[in-house]
Amino acid sequence: MTAAATTITASGRSAGRLANLAGGWRALPPRAKAGCVILGIFVLVALFGPYLAPDNPSATSSALLAAPSPRHLLGTTSTGQDVLSQILAGTRSTVVIALAAGALATVLAVVVGMAAGFLGGIWDELLSLLSNVFLVLPALPLLVVLLAYQSARGDIGTILVLSALGWPWGARIIRAQTLSLRHRDFVAAARETGERTWRILLTELLPTELNLVAAAFVGAVLYALGASVALAFLGLTDTSQWSLGTMLYWAQTQNALQLGAWWWFIPPGLAVALIGVGLVLVNFGLDELGNPRLRAVPVPRRGWRRQPSRPSDPTPVRRGGRS
Amino acid sequence: MRLFLRRAVFYLVAAWAAVTLNFLIPRAMPGNAVDAMMAKFPHLSPQAYQALTAELGSGRGSLWSQYGTYLSDLLHGNLGTDLSQYPASVASLLAQTIPWTLILVGSATVLSFLLGTLLGIAAAWRRGGRLDQMLVGLTFLQAAPYFFLALIIVDVLSLRLGIFPSQQGYGNGLVPGWNGAFISSAIDHSILPALTIVITSLGGWMLGMRNVMITTASEDYVLAALAKGLPKRRVVLTYAARNAILPNVSAFGMSLGFVVSGALVMEVVFNYPGVGSLLYNSVTADDYPMLQAIFLIISLAVLAANLLADVAYAVLDPRSRAKGALG
Amino acid sequence: MSQRSLLEVSGLSISYQTASGDVHAVEDVGLRLAPGEIVGLAGESGSGKSTLAYGICRLLRAPAVITAGSVTYHGRRARDGGTEILDCGEAELRALRWSEIAIVFQSAMSALNPVLRVQEQIGDAMTAHLSLGRRERRARVERVIDMVGIPRQRLRSYPHELSGGMRQRVMIAMALVLEPEIVIMDEPTTALDVVVQRDILAQISRLKDELGFAVLFITHDMSVLMEMSDRIAVMYAGRLMEVGSSGAIRQAAAHPYTQGLLRSFPSLRGPRRELAWIPGSPPDLRAREPGCPFIPRCPHSADACREVPMSLAAAGTGQPGHLTACPVVAPSPPHGEPAAAGSEVAS
Repeated sequence: MTAAATTITASGRSAGRLANLAGGWRALPPRAKAGCVILGIFVLVALFGPYLAPDNPSATSSALLAAPSPRHLLGTTSTGQDVLSQILAGTRSTVVIALAAGALATVLAVVVGMAAGFLGGIWDELLSLLSNVFLVLPALPLLVVLLAYQSARGDIGTILVLSALGWPWGARIIRAQTLSLRHRDFVAAARETGERTWRILLTELLPTELNLVAAAFVGAVLYALGASVALAFLGLTDTSQWSLGTMLYWAQTQNALQLGAWWWFIPPGLAVALIGVGLVLVNFGLDELGNPRLRAVPVPRRGWRRQPSRPSDPTPVRRGGRS
Repeated sequence: MRLFLRRAVFYLVAAWAAVTLNFLIPRAMPGNAVDAMMAKFPHLSPQAYQALTAELGSGRGSLWSQYGTYLSDLLHGNLGTDLSQYPASVASLLAQTIPWTLILVGSATVLSFLLGTLLGIAAAWRRGGRLDQMLVGLTFLQAAPYFFLALIIVDVLSLRLGIFPSQQGYGNGLVPGWNGAFISSAIDHSILPALTIVITSLGGWMLGMRNVMITTASEDYVLAALAKGLPKRRVVLTYAARNAILPNVSAFGMSLGFVVSGALVMEVVFNYPGVGSLLYNSVTADDYPMLQAIFLIISLAVLAANLLADVAYAVLDPRSRAKGALG
Repeated sequence: MSQRSLLEVSGLSISYQTASGDVHAVEDVGLRLAPGEIVGLAGESGSGKSTLAYGICRLLRAPAVITAGSVTYHGRRARDGGTEILDCGEAELRALRWSEIAIVFQSAMSALNPVLRVQEQIGDAMTAHLSLGRRERRARVERVIDMVGIPRQRLRSYPHELSGGMRQRVMIAMALVLEPEIVIMDEPTTALDVVVQRDILAQISRLKDELGFAVLFITHDMSVLMEMSDRIAVMYAGRLMEVGSSGAIRQAAAHPYTQGLLRSFPSLRGPRRELAWIPGSPPDLRAREPGCPFIPRCPHSADACREVPMSLAAAGTGQPGHLTACPVVAPSPPHGEPAAAGSEVAS
């Protein structure tokens, strides 16, 4: 978001914008901040991981299924490969696929959703039908079938296939919001001044829907992450490329858990889980931003123990309870 | 009535889309599926090759005539002949496996939805209570990949503690049938898979219900219910929950596609004899006819379940019967 | 004239305790309601009138807290010497609500449960408080729906199937089904168009005469209060500014705020005059400035106003029960010029 802000505004205003963002950061609920921190860590690992890996992830050694030790911080696989190096190298592929598929799906969702909501009429009907149909088709089986046919199961293919199925959720949400905003005054004003439709969509509606787009993006990335890892785990993607999912595939097919080699199975799974947790926390935060009622109940001030409150509780009477 | 017609149109279109997608995929994919088949299964009879060719699309006749044949075959329940278990028909294999998936995944999902909804109601009503605070912990269960948690649970409960069996639908050596030993074994083998499904999907339902409940609880009609001096249970259930559950019901309908995806992974992990395993095995064996048929069946099943969810929604929300909105 | 009061509010203070400070929504408010009386509670948005009304029944939700005062109910089901609502437990409160004190909410569309039929919503109030047979319950529901002039077949409708005016009448019927002693009406006609408004107001008067309940009528529309109510209480920034019979206030409003309110409503009869309004906006209820909260917007404010003790005292119009919180300005008829600041009026 920082990059977008500074390119849109003139250089003179960018300083003000940055200050705004800093204030925006502070205003984020604590859960969203925690989520962003977690995600930030993984993005860093994705960027720099391969260079930080102590060993070549594919390099075999004689230390087969070795438990964690100073030499191999997370132990080794059944062919003596260093687990830590695999994680550091593999995070990149997982993160890239999830982000790319999520971004592409979000773009599709925004385009379809805004078009359906704004244009209305027959366009709305058709696009809604399209997205409902896609929504209802079971994603993973379709992915499995599509990938089964593909001879090249590389990253690009996976990204395209994932995003082709990941956009309907977001499209629905954005369509609903666009529908309700369509009749608002600022849109009517823009129309009156002769603004072209696509400009209205881009410069008027999109900024007001940013928090929904952000939520849709987070949701899409979450879905892409889960789906790509699941597909890799099932062995349907390119197993020669290192990713967290393929690590889990190899660990499972080599019966890591049954052989007691938990260090092979748990760390990559935990990494995926943590990325997921980061995304879910950011989602929580976005939820709360949009609907302040969902915020965690504020800590009552001095002297009072935190008590769970029910909507059915009568208004409490605390005579002399003023501050 | 208008609403009903619109939904009917939607389902017909969706079903047609699934059917047509199924038809087009092998013909659209690069590489010749039939040649690949012939290379893999060299022992098939010439008639089988012909049937395959017709099915998968390099056959004679225009695309349209192939489509016509395909549709009429479908309507006659002819899904083709399986390859990896030749000469069994695809339809019969599916008929064996579908009940397993339907019963296990169906009941686990419904259970998870009901339990999650109830817990969500409780968590929302007592803000700051223990359930509310547990939500943060539940996000972890929601975010971690299903199979990851499932395998860990299997490792602990089955391999190490030996409480439940870790694989398959029923014990070895037992013959499927309506007898006590088989049924109890089947139940025994279904507990762990069901448990993993419930644990991993509970958080989502709970969170969704809680969020909507919180918003609903601050609505005027809930306040009015309290002002009327109604007993708390009625306020929570008939006024708040009855309204709050509506988005969750439609979300349930929309999530059925994902439920099937989860079932697929679950069956692979547990080697459970359901449709998911069948799908997975067909993929690894490049058994195209089976793949196609499974995808089709799954899609149609999801559509049917969606239809049921829509009906349930219409029953629950009187407003949806009046307006023609599609949601 | 000194009837036994049905409801006695005294020294009530309500605050919203938020993370950024306490919002003092209601400060030291006292009110009396006699049986069969219509008392209007007037004020602009944010004056605390709704908070006061809901606070009386303890229906305000977190973070609202009642910080001082008492609310005593002397109606038919009260204890000897009156029921102190602020000390009631949940069960006693529930028994009191609706059967003794009912509320007609502002927006009927949002106050009616969208998934229940009208007859169920009216009926469940009865089920909660009385044990009647089904037939008797139905009879009472029908009786009350007849009273508000809605055809009986509408009982099976859902709220979204009714028009705005009909919905509001359903709300009134619902409030009256247990024949309460007090009905609190929270801006019951604000969301309706003028023609329907007249109808509903006339109906309320009729019903009040027929059933004999007292009404606490909350609105920002002074002209309605002038017509309907026996007495009026004017609130500003959480405090009472003026209290008196509607006749007394119409003749000579004693507080500058009331005068401002009256001047901002046109009257159908009488000479044409320029409409005046009160410039500025209500104060932030978190800070408690000393003295009168109306100072920034009052045309007669003086330095002495900062030391005014905010308590009600006789307005000097000679009318019994006419009280004002402003010791500075003399009461004046709405279209005349007020006495200049500094001319003291004996209190």
